[in-house]
Amino acid sequence: MLLLLALGIGTLAGCGTWLLLRARTFDVILGLTLMSYAVNLFIFAMGRVKVAALPLVADGKVATLANTTDPLPQALVLTAIVISFAMTAVLLAVALRARAETASDHVDGTPEAGGETRGGPR
Amino acid sequence: MSAPGAMLFGGHEVVLPIVLPLVAGALLVLLERARSRWTAPLGLAATLALLALAIALVRQAGDGTVQAYLLGNWQAPWGIALALDRLSALMLLLTAAVALGSLVYASAGEHTRGPHFHSLFQFQLMGLNGAFLTADLFNLFVFFEVLLAASYGLLLHGATRARVQASVHYVVFNLTGSALFLIAVSLLYGLAGTLNMADLAVKLAELPPENQRLAQAAALMLLVVFAVKAALLPLYFWLPDTYAAASPPVAALFAIMTKVGVYAIARTTTLTFGAGALAGIATPALPLLALGTLVLAAIGALAAVRLRGLVAYVVVASAGTLLLAIGLGTPGTLAAALFYLVHSTLAAAAWFLLADRIGAARGGSDRLTPAPLAAGWAPLGVAFLVASVAAAGLPPLAGFLGKALLLQAAGETTLAVAVVALVLGSSLAMIVALARAGSTLFWKPVDGPGTPVPAAPADPNRPAHTLAIVGLLAAMLSAAAAAGPLGRYTGDAAAQLVARTPYIQAVLGARPVPPAYDVRQEMRARGELK
Repeated sequence: MLLLLALGIGTLAGCGTWLLLRARTFDVILGLTLMSYAVNLFIFAMGRVKVAALPLVADGKVATLANTTDPLPQALVLTAIVISFAMTAVLLAVALRARAETASDHVDGTPEAGGETRGGPR
Repeated sequence: MSAPGAMLFGGHEVVLPIVLPLVAGALLVLLERARSRWTAPLGLAATLALLALAIALVRQAGDGTVQAYLLGNWQAPWGIALALDRLSALMLLLTAAVALGSLVYASAGEHTRGPHFHSLFQFQLMGLNGAFLTADLFNLFVFFEVLLAASYGLLLHGATRARVQASVHYVVFNLTGSALFLIAVSLLYGLAGTLNMADLAVKLAELPPENQRLAQAAALMLLVVFAVKAALLPLYFWLPDTYAAASPPVAALFAIMTKVGVYAIARTTTLTFGAGALAGIATPALPLLALGTLVLAAIGALAAVRLRGLVAYVVVASAGTLLLAIGLGTPGTLAAALFYLVHSTLAAAAWFLLADRIGAARGGSDRLTPAPLAAGWAPLGVAFLVASVAAAGLPPLAGFLGKALLLQAAGETTLAVAVVALVLGSSLAMIVALARAGSTLFWKPVDGPGTPVPAAPADPNRPAHTLAIVGLLAAMLSAAAAAGPLGRYTGDAAAQLVARTPYIQAVLGARPVPPAYDVRQEMRARGELK
């Protein structure tokens, strides 16, 4: 379980980093999204991975971390999800505007020399 | 909560610098929707009130007490706490002063070039003030996001092609920084089980040896994130483009944004990572990288082709000087850093506004090429001289005193020779760059048929422009005139940072206010609750 989670986080972070380093805004945004998935899972994992543990409280059991999962990372991850979701939306809007202004979706606004332009004629 | 007699609003004044811009910003959204003519006056009134509040808080923190405020009335470390000490109060005052200057400047016309300028401005202030006050690492992340979200909007204000282009880089870079911030914060939570900075300071010092490497990795990752904001050597390349592209009053406000990173580094290295295996974690790398930043900033300033590009490198150089002083980490260098911080922030803010005026007087271009000046260049020239003297750190202004304090304090450290040589060398390069820019702008005759003097500039000088620039320059000059009291205050603030214990005791010792009306007790009395 732990290994699976670690591999999943690693794969997401790796793919995210690779996409982040590409020159098209669309790839970069996808990369940032994958990065934020990896980060969210990582925050979860930092509350320790427990299988079939109580969410918070139940009758007859003392509500300590021995019996329950850690509720704090769940609160943290919720905040992180909301923020990264909103910021991705902002970035999409900015990227669309930049695409409209420069007629190119290259992150620097100008396609590299010799490279094909995915956008229309400049 | 200590010393209840001296408090302004029964202890609640600590949260007011966050609540006031929040409420004002929310109101301004509605007013802007309705295209009300009260928008700008309300924004100015809220910022003026913030300045008055910040002055009161500086006076309150000046006696040396650390005042903790429990948000939600939960005892720290279970709830989120705010804490007001000398450094936080100083940063609040500086933020309010810079904000007032740039808002006055913007109200001369710049604020009408796009929607929601005033509300975004207030939300930016809320994020800045929150970051300076919070005593919780995750809460610091949230306030960082608040100030960044607002800054994305402000950077795009009056969206020109250059601004949109710079925004893409700025947003992507900061979102990546946020991801790194979250990884570092959750790693620290996984190791110590707490996010309260004071509690972390205690718990991280007692970590078992097998976890110390992981804690160091998390701490360094956090410092990398702060270095992104503070514009340290490999991470500052976003700054010159962004600051040179932003609308002038926004760039002036952004002068305080790099200082958030500087503040966060100063706070975490002294408090959170101040003891145990993490003590001195920034010491080997930070001063060296800061020296590199100084060198590259000097080269950038010499190579700048536009006045605002030059000013952006002045900001990078001041960030380098500050991070150098903090990285050296002795009480003396910390005190020098805080002293220099006040001066350099005000100088940078005034510079961005002044560069816009000079550009407007030259018909809208601030390229460093000879061009005829419009009428009224003499006051601009005088302001240019004052601001240049301030930016280069020449006597008699406070920038010189700050650098002198730094060199004096750095003499005891191992890097003394490099610090003295490079700080003085970069100052010399700045003087050369500024003198060259000044002589090009004001003295060089135009050869041949130059562009005719614009009879009426597209963006004429208004009283608010002059008021904002003169106000910021006057604030900077008064920092030099009041160098004695300011130096004492920053010295005390640095001592308070290094002492750590009062902060930790104040935050962890703060007790929740007993409820005036206890629902649970009443329910128990009625037998509805076991």
